[in-house]
Amino acid sequence: MRPRKFASVLVRAVLMRRSSGNFGLYRFFLVNPRLAHLFMICSNIKLTAPAESIGINALAIHEWNQRDSTMDVQRKLEILADAAKYDASCASSGTEKRDSSDGKGLGSTAPGMGICHSYAPDGRCISLLKVLLTNACNYDCLYCVNRTSSNVPRARFTVDEVVKLTIDFYRRNYIEGLFLSSGIIRSADYTMEQVVSVARKLREEHHFRGYIHLKTIPEADDALIAEAGKYADRLSINIEMPLENSLAKFAPEKDMRAIRRTMGRLRLKLDEAQENNQTATQTKPPRFAPAGQSTQMIIGADAASDKTILDTSANLYGSYRLKRVYYSAFSPIPDASRALPLVPPPLLREHRLYQADWLMRFYGFDAGEIVEEAAGMLPLDIDPKLAWALRHRDRFPLDVATASREDLLRVPGFGTKAVDRIIATRRLTSIRLADLARLHIPQKKALPFIVLSDHRPSLHLLDGAGLKERFKPKATQLGFGF
Amino acid sequence: MHHITLDNETDFDGWRKAARALALNDVKPSDVSWRVADDAPELFEPTAPPLEPPPGTFNVPAKFVELAEAAILHRNPERFALLYRLLWRLRQNHDLLDIATDPDVAEVAAMAKAVRRDEHKMHAFVRFREVGREQNSHFVAWFEPEHHIVELAAPFFARRFADMPWSILTPDVCAHWDGHAVSITPGVSKSEAPTTDRLEETWRRYYASIFNPARLKVTAMQNEMPKKYWRNLPEASLIKPLIESAERTASAMIANAAIEPHKSQKRLEPAKVQDMARNHDDDDLETLREEAAGCRACPLWKDATQTVFGEGPQTARIILVGEQPGDKEDLAGKPFVGPAGQMLDRALEEAGIDRSTVYVTNAVKHFKFVPRGKIRLHQKPNTPEIKACRQWYERELAAIKPDLVVAMGATAAQSVFGKITPINKNRGRLIDLDDGTRALVTVHPSYLLRLPDADAKAREYQRFVQDLKIAADVLRKSAHAA
Repeated sequence: MRPRKFASVLVRAVLMRRSSGNFGLYRFFLVNPRLAHLFMICSNIKLTAPAESIGINALAIHEWNQRDSTMDVQRKLEILADAAKYDASCASSGTEKRDSSDGKGLGSTAPGMGICHSYAPDGRCISLLKVLLTNACNYDCLYCVNRTSSNVPRARFTVDEVVKLTIDFYRRNYIEGLFLSSGIIRSADYTMEQVVSVARKLREEHHFRGYIHLKTIPEADDALIAEAGKYADRLSINIEMPLENSLAKFAPEKDMRAIRRTMGRLRLKLDEAQENNQTATQTKPPRFAPAGQSTQMIIGADAASDKTILDTSANLYGSYRLKRVYYSAFSPIPDASRALPLVPPPLLREHRLYQADWLMRFYGFDAGEIVEEAAGMLPLDIDPKLAWALRHRDRFPLDVATASREDLLRVPGFGTKAVDRIIATRRLTSIRLADLARLHIPQKKALPFIVLSDHRPSLHLLDGAGLKERFKPKATQLGFGF
Repeated sequence: MHHITLDNETDFDGWRKAARALALNDVKPSDVSWRVADDAPELFEPTAPPLEPPPGTFNVPAKFVELAEAAILHRNPERFALLYRLLWRLRQNHDLLDIATDPDVAEVAAMAKAVRRDEHKMHAFVRFREVGREQNSHFVAWFEPEHHIVELAAPFFARRFADMPWSILTPDVCAHWDGHAVSITPGVSKSEAPTTDRLEETWRRYYASIFNPARLKVTAMQNEMPKKYWRNLPEASLIKPLIESAERTASAMIANAAIEPHKSQKRLEPAKVQDMARNHDDDDLETLREEAAGCRACPLWKDATQTVFGEGPQTARIILVGEQPGDKEDLAGKPFVGPAGQMLDRALEEAGIDRSTVYVTNAVKHFKFVPRGKIRLHQKPNTPEIKACRQWYERELAAIKPDLVVAMGATAAQSVFGKITPINKNRGRLIDLDDGTRALVTVHPSYLLRLPDADAKAREYQRFVQDLKIAADVLRKSAHAA
């Protein structure tokens, strides 16, 4: 390595590449379905005879086979990223502190916040290289783009290809690390072993110290799970559906009991690693996924109510100490199943569920009190905390000067940081109306519910039927009547 | 009027030294003006001679130094004066920083926050381009930070990319890493930076593929990745075309009728041959266990991880019956492995009973609990649940035909005797059951764990061991008889 003093001596990059302009994504929807079908050859799944290929001549088969053998990494990446994008998880935070300042490896972690290196126009954070090892799958889950009966093109990365892509992307600061999942091929153990071998190679051969998130295959062998935890920062298993019978209906090969048993196994291992860390006796603790485990539920594919979803989340948080439950609005997929008609994804509902999830985890709410029992669903027009406050007006107005932390957290518009600041500030001085902006509290939302040194809401407003209307988003005017 | 000239935009030490001297000389904030050396000099301004710091010192909260170190990197030219004013006011009110509603505190906090956010975004959005290949490669990035954060952010890159030489070029200053140390050089123009990298096309394809056109959320993306960063992100040129075609793509997915499902691609590994050498004596218990795994006789299965069936040899002469599995048992799928299990193990050993020779089970075989945040609160099973589960106990009993059943706790006693049976009235003696087996009643080991008083705990533990010694006696006698 040579020291570099001045940037001006840097040479310009010499490597030119072919220009871009076509987005691989769209080819999916434009291709002749027959050809898409033939893309099957791109994976290791071979058609047994040309006859099976719905009447396309042998020459075409040959041509496509040629393409198979030379299918480039870019094309595989397009297919296998497209196949992975329905997994909402993007976190790269909460793990142990690591870096490569000893000079013997590459990478570091950002335990505090995690880093999103980019954002796609769907508003989602791009933190990790999120891909499947293969999108070939034995399972036929109706909601899934990769189900065995889908006609999407298939591909399979080699272990080395994923390792190289991860490192190449990482060195350019595109990503925090790798999120690797896979379709189930052959068996749970075979698939898990393939996934683990990527992480093993990254850690053992390339001394990669960035973030690794591995999908855990339910019912995989305990030794493989232990090894996955040794290399990964986070492990996850998707629960997919809030209810056991929906999972049985939509994903016949999946077994909710097996998923929960494996989550239980993960928690025991996580607890063990943590206990050992605390006691820190002679033996070094077996490292196990320091960023814990998470899961994902699909919203809107089945008929489960928000109450059912939140009860399931509360159960999962309590039972398996999940770091996160991700909610993923069921989204249209290419080549959908006839049995599960597509609709635009319920994005607002997904957003309300995340808000409710936050109320459970950081605001001291119980799953049972967030959703109005009779309705079973969160209102879409107002946020769940405001809806709760409107149902419990007898608990307001609250005097900000004296209320407990627990009560302050229940005021609409009050975030956890604002509450901390209020508690520190009110010891020294009174809090006035003009201070709300400096505390980053939206006045309109909070004022009907709080008493400040120079503000007292009218009880008429708090008790009146108009209060709810006040918070509803204004209807957009669509046109004028003449 | 005092005119202070700092060495450069990020000269915190210079500001600190000057501010200290000014404050100790009781110079009012309104009597100081601040500038940076390479600004245009303010000609013809009378300058007061530099202040000599008088002897003495004063303390500020550590939090202030932390805040000032960040805020001084802000591009706002008023920052030096603002920080001095805050320092001045802090001398009068040591708690000032806790008053989040104070305008000066709020402004400095906002500046520090903006600086940290900019630093975070620099960690995220720097894009390295490789210059040269293999051994001679050097990674160079062009970045335009909003505030003076290059020196602040550089150590992050040094820790992360320790094994590769890199340079981050900016209009203000440039940071370089040679594998040993970070060096800072003057700013350069964008034309000094490389314009392309061989991986960028791959990265752009990834960006396009990971985007889900069915869930367009442009504002969410822009909140986190403001437009000002776009010009230096290779993927940003895709944003506009992706948004433009998103709606078309998404509605096409919804409108497209499902095509013929693809033929299954299943390739399963041959199922593992069942272990034929299995002990036939265990057959009955094994069958029972498998059957019980799917038990739905009461609603407890829904929230639990799994059925926790009994464990031990079919030839056991004693069955120990507890109440229900706890948190750890539910995860592990084995009875008495948690804290109560450890208590039981200790007591059994003291009583002279080898746990591996007895059969241990529970009256109710699913864990009953309510989730409370990250933990699960144990709930006592009710009579219908005990009754629903009794079939399994009866079938375990029939399969094993023990000499003695030890009922630990009220729930176990209710199950063993088929009716509510008080512990204290019945404990410590052998009771004949209808089928010729005998029963012994004692407390549940978790009762011992719950006793708050150490003396009572020791006393009750001894009584528990005494009860188990009665069981040990039966065991010895039955061994003699055999």
